[in-house]
Amino acid sequence: MAVAIFLLIIVIVSVLLSFFSPWQFTEIASNWGYIDFTVILTFWICGIVFVVIGLFMVYTTWKFRYRADARADYEPENPKLEWWLTIVTTIGVVAMLAPGLIVWNDFVNPPDDVQEVEVLSKQWGWAFRFPGEDGKFGTVHVDNIDADNSFGMNMADPNGDDDVLVQGNTLHLPVDQAYKVLLRSNDVLHDFWVPEFRAKMDAVPGMITYFWFTPTRIQDQPYEVVCAELCGRGHYTMRGWVKVDTQEDFRSWLGTQPTWADVQAATALDAMSPEAKRGREIWAAEGCNACHSLDGSAVVGPSWLNLWNTTRQLADGTTATVDEAYFVESIREPALKIVEGFSPAMIAYDEETVTEDEIQALVALLKESVDAPADAPVGP
Amino acid sequence: MAQAEIPYQEAIPLHDPHSWITKYWFSQDHKVIAVQYGITAVAVGLVALVLSWIMRTQIGFPGAVEWITPDIYYQSVTMHGMIMVIYLLTAFLLGSFGNYLVPLMLGARDMVFPFVNMISYHVYLASVLILMAGYLFPGTLGGPTGAGWTLYPPQAILSGTPGADWGILTMLASLAVFIVAFTMGGLNYITTILQARTRGMTMMRMPLSIWGIGMATVLGLLAFPALFVSAIMMTLDNLIGTSFFMPAINSAFDAGEDYQGGSPLLFQHLFWFFGHPEVYIVALPAFGVVSDLISVHARKNIFGYRLMVWAIVAIGGLSFIVWAHHMYVAGMHPYFGFFFATTTLIIAVPTAIKVYNWTLTLWRANIRFTVPMLFAIAFVLTFVVGGLTGLFLGNVIVDVPLSDTYFVVAHFHMVMGVAPILVIFGGIYHWYPKITGRMLNDTIGRIHFWITFIGTYAIYFPMHFLAIPRRYYEYNVGESAILTQSMDILNQSITITAYIVGIAQFLFIYNLIVSYRRGREAGDNPWEANSLEWRTPQTPPVHGNWGESLPTVHRWAYDYSVPGEEKDFIPQDVPRKAQA
Repeated sequence: MAVAIFLLIIVIVSVLLSFFSPWQFTEIASNWGYIDFTVILTFWICGIVFVVIGLFMVYTTWKFRYRADARADYEPENPKLEWWLTIVTTIGVVAMLAPGLIVWNDFVNPPDDVQEVEVLSKQWGWAFRFPGEDGKFGTVHVDNIDADNSFGMNMADPNGDDDVLVQGNTLHLPVDQAYKVLLRSNDVLHDFWVPEFRAKMDAVPGMITYFWFTPTRIQDQPYEVVCAELCGRGHYTMRGWVKVDTQEDFRSWLGTQPTWADVQAATALDAMSPEAKRGREIWAAEGCNACHSLDGSAVVGPSWLNLWNTTRQLADGTTATVDEAYFVESIREPALKIVEGFSPAMIAYDEETVTEDEIQALVALLKESVDAPADAPVGP
Repeated sequence: MAQAEIPYQEAIPLHDPHSWITKYWFSQDHKVIAVQYGITAVAVGLVALVLSWIMRTQIGFPGAVEWITPDIYYQSVTMHGMIMVIYLLTAFLLGSFGNYLVPLMLGARDMVFPFVNMISYHVYLASVLILMAGYLFPGTLGGPTGAGWTLYPPQAILSGTPGADWGILTMLASLAVFIVAFTMGGLNYITTILQARTRGMTMMRMPLSIWGIGMATVLGLLAFPALFVSAIMMTLDNLIGTSFFMPAINSAFDAGEDYQGGSPLLFQHLFWFFGHPEVYIVALPAFGVVSDLISVHARKNIFGYRLMVWAIVAIGGLSFIVWAHHMYVAGMHPYFGFFFATTTLIIAVPTAIKVYNWTLTLWRANIRFTVPMLFAIAFVLTFVVGGLTGLFLGNVIVDVPLSDTYFVVAHFHMVMGVAPILVIFGGIYHWYPKITGRMLNDTIGRIHFWITFIGTYAIYFPMHFLAIPRRYYEYNVGESAILTQSMDILNQSITITAYIVGIAQFLFIYNLIVSYRRGREAGDNPWEANSLEWRTPQTPPVHGNWGESLPTVHRWAYDYSVPGEEKDFIPQDVPRKAQA
């Protein structure tokens, strides 16, 4: 008796939860309404099967519970019933599979008028590249990647000069324009996912993967990018933003972003002291750059730009001034003082990994990281 | 139908153990080895349980426990997953149930290679110890690996991942050693099933437990080698800098690495070529065992035995051509999606047939709601949910928005976590009387059942609605706000439920220990079941299982409630009436 009652409660609660739960998909903001359609179709077919089997079990466990004077039927097989059930199941499977494959065909074949944007992923942040005026991406190679060339642009390729390089985790796209998103990774697997767009795909080092979509909805709050493939201890902090703009807003935003030619010119004018330059190399070599930017963008950890000598609000309510003692402590025992709004993702670096001498170079870098380049968006 | 020749093991002398060491530690008795496997798997399972508490604490109450850092969190996620899939589920269902049931249900004296069988357990024990050794390494990159149980390179062997020092190496070494243990055990199960069945035990008279265990073993023997070579190659990539799976990269934490030309996707294909059959290595024994539990306690023959057998075989075969459905958004050629979605949804048909036949077995049955039966019924409902959500994830385009979210976590926990564990519990309650001669305490059993069944459902069913990325240490970081307040509340309630369900498992352990001495005497056949393990001359069965001669089988294992018979069960070794 108890079994039948509990099974019935479970079936009823499951159905109610499916329709009235406060946890639903985010409101769609791309062309992939067909994906939602296949999800809903599958939901209905599977939901009906669940209810039918569930209620059948409720009935049998109630009706055929043990009685000393009763005797079970003896029925080893019933080929007719078994065939019938097989056929009905097959029909249900085809009803889900066929529309699914049709939509998948759309998903993997971008339309003719599609534009391209590259998403570069690395531990733990995003950067983006547009092909520029000529409509062609410059070639890249992983060997070219260094502190001044995070995309690995090929210096000898003139097609790359006008490529627009977007740092700082925020991408703008124009509404109603189909985009083929080309995914690259510098290090490990990542996955570029904006839940509102429905589409996602892994970025795999050594190859280029893609998906396509058309953003269809402008809203004030940018859409949040979440990394959907485990990529190390900072995985959960690997967020970004996609702002969907009108065509005009998009073009004016794109105009503010530097081309590869601009980036090269800016690097040549760099007036850093040799000690700070050494610090910058250590910053790149020890992996500081994975979490701490020099351009003001922040996702995993605080950016080092304009950080020196400032007073920071800590998560425990106190404050701290960024001086040498604080900086050293934050490297040796990072968990002690967490800046408000950040997560304790950093591991401790002992003296064997980062020496006192190297810390001095990093301090020089920190002191000289003061001049903000044009703009580096930080979230919304 | 009866075979004329003398069964293979009839005249084989047994090496009776003389000391405590040879009887309980280095024993060649399949029943002792089964218990050894079982105890070890349960012990390591308790570790996994505690790890799940660590995870859930962080998810439900982020920051509440200071020592749960991202490293600890990811290490717990990884170790929990690997322990549950390999060292608990595989080891228990095949190592414990397989060892105990294969010779007894087939009427054999022991496994065909008892010595290899003994070695198998000790190698398994070594693999567990190597795995746990990961915790012994100190330092910022010490401890076990936090790469996730899928161990995807390049991440798994780079310093941006916890445990990159020794944790990943102990993990890979442990897996390789486990596979050696499994191969020794597996060859035994297959050979015993094919060669050591007693007189009259035709293949189509074998209980479904044996079909499930046998087919799962075939899958394991074919699938584990893919994991074995993956582990070897990744170890080489890590230790001596080969590039099997490692492409040229520029890693923030591993400057100076000189990899080139390897393929992370190759690893994924090899991993899932093992990993998908692995799902069925766990599921098929559970399918088999639950079929027997339902039949015995419903006092009715299993419905559609022959179709059940062919469904097991078909599922086993198909399980080798569906693996890339784990990789729909991994960046492989998009046209793979068409093929693997089709094969994956085809596998739903034989699986559905099994579900229908379990429920149809209940139709016009006379159901005894014993504790094993409760677990069996709970399995069917849990498996229905987990199986149906598999149709979402198996259909390539439907998977796109759902992959890497909590929908996946909910799906695989229900279908291959909770469901097989419910069967393991059911099986333990069912066979404990044969193993020890005593019944488990019924009241504690029922409390354990209801908390476990309702609790796990309350944990995993609502998770389907959490369309948020999985494997996140924290959700609301900085400006981000992907977690709404209602999701927070849900996460908290799931965590609290997980504490309760976890504590209930200690009740079960208590029951196992106390009933061993104080349980009610069970007698030879407390459930009035038909299969041969209930027909041994002694309970618990002695070394060698049978007396002077092996039993002779005259019928299938499902003669329950046969019309015109006095009793509602007829054991397999009872001769047929002359005219029948």
